[in-house]
Amino acid sequence: MAPWSVFEFHMVGYRRTWRGSALSSFVLPLLTVLGFGVAVGAHVAGGVQGVPYLDWIVPGLVASTAMQTAIGVSTWPVLSRFEWMKTYSALAASPLRLADIVAGDFLYLLFRVLVSAGAFLIVAAAFGAVHSWWTPAALAVCALVGFAVGGPTTAYSAAVRSDSYLAILLRFAVLPMSLFSGVFFEVGALPAVLRWVAYALPLWHGVELSRAAMLGIAPHWPAAAHLAVLVSWVTAGIALTIRQFHRRLVY
Amino acid sequence: MSDPRPNVVRVSDESLVHARGLVKRFGDFAAVDGIDVDVRRGEAFGFLGPNGAGKSSTMRMVGCVSPPSAGVLRILGMDPARSGSRIRARLGVCPQVDNLDPELTVRENLTAYARFFGISRRVARQRAAELLDFVQLSDRASSRVEPLSGGMKRRLTIARSLVNEPEMVLLDEPTTGLDPQARHLVWERLFRLKQQGVTLVLTTHYMDEAEQLCDRLVVMDGGRIVAQGTPRELIERYSTREVVELRFPVPDQGAYGEKLAGVGERLEVLPDRILLYVADGDEAVAEVHRRSLGPSSALVRRSSLEDVFLHLTGRTLVD
Repeated sequence: MAPWSVFEFHMVGYRRTWRGSALSSFVLPLLTVLGFGVAVGAHVAGGVQGVPYLDWIVPGLVASTAMQTAIGVSTWPVLSRFEWMKTYSALAASPLRLADIVAGDFLYLLFRVLVSAGAFLIVAAAFGAVHSWWTPAALAVCALVGFAVGGPTTAYSAAVRSDSYLAILLRFAVLPMSLFSGVFFEVGALPAVLRWVAYALPLWHGVELSRAAMLGIAPHWPAAAHLAVLVSWVTAGIALTIRQFHRRLVY
Repeated sequence: MSDPRPNVVRVSDESLVHARGLVKRFGDFAAVDGIDVDVRRGEAFGFLGPNGAGKSSTMRMVGCVSPPSAGVLRILGMDPARSGSRIRARLGVCPQVDNLDPELTVRENLTAYARFFGISRRVARQRAAELLDFVQLSDRASSRVEPLSGGMKRRLTIARSLVNEPEMVLLDEPTTGLDPQARHLVWERLFRLKQQGVTLVLTTHYMDEAEQLCDRLVVMDGGRIVAQGTPRELIERYSTREVVELRFPVPDQGAYGEKLAGVGERLEVLPDRILLYVADGDEAVAEVHRRSLGPSSALVRRSSLEDVFLHLTGRTLVD
């Protein structure tokens, strides 16, 4: 199974660096839960949508963690394998086909997203913020968010030649998306323009579905509509990535 | 993928690379402009030419990572457009720029790569050990790639190109950027491979590399083949037996061009020296002295592929 050999290749590298990433996938959520859930939550009297603030933000934060991890995996490492280490050209010279390389990369993306989202849920459970037996469904939502964000970002990182473009992506796409996607407050509180930005980007849809799974709160749109937006991002991401990899490796 | 090499007829005149009118265009620019090439099993075949001659573009097409723009190309008897993956499974590729994973260890770079060929973990470990021994890197097996010297990285890249026990190894400028000692070590390893019957296809802009390693070569310039044959044939056909290199203590060597008329069969005026192409070098030097031209130095040497290239294109290989 050719894609698994690419996954395995990424795992060899991951085995050298997992301590750092494991630390950040536990410590970062811990700080966020403490800072926002506990500290800010103490000032949010009466909670949001009928649940305590800590409980309310945890499903959003887990989706946001999935997004952050996907961004981490699909930015610098991808650029580096094209531009700096040039390892993708070594993969292309082997019997692997482009689809194998892309599939292996996405398997690894899935693995990383599930590990960090899972770690986050364990931390949240320790704070008593996990109540529903439907919580594992939130992991499936996280996987979808991971692909919806990581797919197009992989294509973007394969298209640019310098990492200053990655910094632009973080500042002008990732940061606004993490702030305005209903993780910390409802998108209804946003001005109309920003609300439409939240509707167009993938994270808000993941947050809504994650909240539905973990808290049983009905999402703002029909679940199928949220799913449809996420699936379109995933589909576009896969198509763009294959096109971009083809451009860079077969010329 | 259990048996990657079916139906191979092992005859020496079998063409592993067969190209007719092969073209690679990038927009309006033809990097490779209609070349005919046949590489036979077991030989070491070279593409000699300066930067921009089209060598690397040719190698990428042969390596089945670059579709030809026109012409016929068959690798191991198969069509790269249809059987790219199956062909690549039986090739080894050592690219011009090392593309090892610097974060992995020396051994992991081999074992992880072997997995792309469907080689089991056990066999991959075994082959990695053998290959590290072959390229004399066994003592560095567990160290990361990043701190290795250029020569060590090159040898590791060569080792990696052999993990699948390829029938043909493509080496794009295998010793460019290496110091002389590291180059000789690489040449020696490549020579061993050749003795083991592995077909080598290499590009180079070093004439000594081509002379050392290649049974047969083509000289490329501007995307075309301008000459082909064994190194000896090329020298006999396009150059004289000996060359006299004269340097004169003036800025403009060209002024001496006319004064040397008739001394040799041919002469080339370079910015820093004049090359006289002659049958007998010592006799030519004596004649230069008889004409009282007073060169600051006169060196007699045998003709090389560099002279062939200069004669064919009017330019030097490395500039």
